[in-house]
Amino acid sequence: MLVTLERGCHQGDELGLGLPSFPIDWSSELFTLTYGALVTQLCKDYENDEDVNKQLDKMGFNIGVRLIEDFLARSNVGRCHDFRETADVIAKVAFKMYLGITPSITNWSPAGDEFSLILENNPLVDFVELPDNHSSLIYSNLLCGVLRGALEMVQMAVEAKFVQDTLKGDGVTEIRMRFIRRIEDNLPAGEE
Amino acid sequence: GQKMSLSVLESMGFRVGQALGERLPRETLAFREELDVLKFLCKDLWVAVFQKQMDSLRTNHQGTYVLQDNSFPLLLPMASGLQYLEEAPKFLAFTCGLLRGALCTLGIESVVTASVAALPVCKFQVLIPKS
Repeated sequence: MLVTLERGCHQGDELGLGLPSFPIDWSSELFTLTYGALVTQLCKDYENDEDVNKQLDKMGFNIGVRLIEDFLARSNVGRCHDFRETADVIAKVAFKMYLGITPSITNWSPAGDEFSLILENNPLVDFVELPDNHSSLIYSNLLCGVLRGALEMVQMAVEAKFVQDTLKGDGVTEIRMRFIRRIEDNLPAGEE
Repeated sequence: GQKMSLSVLESMGFRVGQALGERLPRETLAFREELDVLKFLCKDLWVAVFQKQMDSLRTNHQGTYVLQDNSFPLLLPMASGLQYLEEAPKFLAFTCGLLRGALCTLGIESVVTASVAALPVCKFQVLIPKS
């Protein structure tokens, strides 16, 4: 049995451990490799890229609805008054906090309800190459779900989607964010 | 069901552990004693992954090692004690694989299991069969 719930391992001799001897910095690799293992597993579980994309979005959404609490607790940002402030907070505070990068904000629509996040580098895709038979896979789609889920919890319904991707040969990675509407309902979002 | 998904999580952890193992300092590949490898897992690897050391390492000197973490970070967010005991395996399977994968890269074949009596304390059991 892989994991048991009972007690009952051999006692044996306890050994002194001392302090670490070999400093290892796996902080970025662990994250990137774990994400890669997740996507690889989803590709095995689902027959086509579209379903994997949907699953990544759903998982991201579920992460986002919880992540927002951690974000608000740690960042101390106040309420955003408009979508422009929201964009700033997402790019300069949230992305920095969780991914260590600061995307730039560009391509505002005239109505101020759409903008793009340009990621010069995307930590999720370090060491990653898309195999030929997964051309429709949106590898980092989890991020779009996280954005959507987090913003829903602060009463904003948005759409987030990748429009450029370095994994597909584009020069940069671009996420397009579109404000759909304010959510007036105060009930917490259910799990999808 | 549950058993399938635990083994899927374990294999994901294994692949990640193997890949991480390939990024270790070269000195770690020169361990001559099995015990040194296990101590390395408890100290250096655990700190690299969980920002803390394993709390204790026990062995029967015959290939069985019990690594105990008294406040396993993946179990800390849940209420301590018995309330979420049934959910605990899902949070341990990946780490079992991670240990097994790192050991594999260090040249050691093992079986890694985990047991929980009460959150957040857990024990990882590493069995290294004698060849």
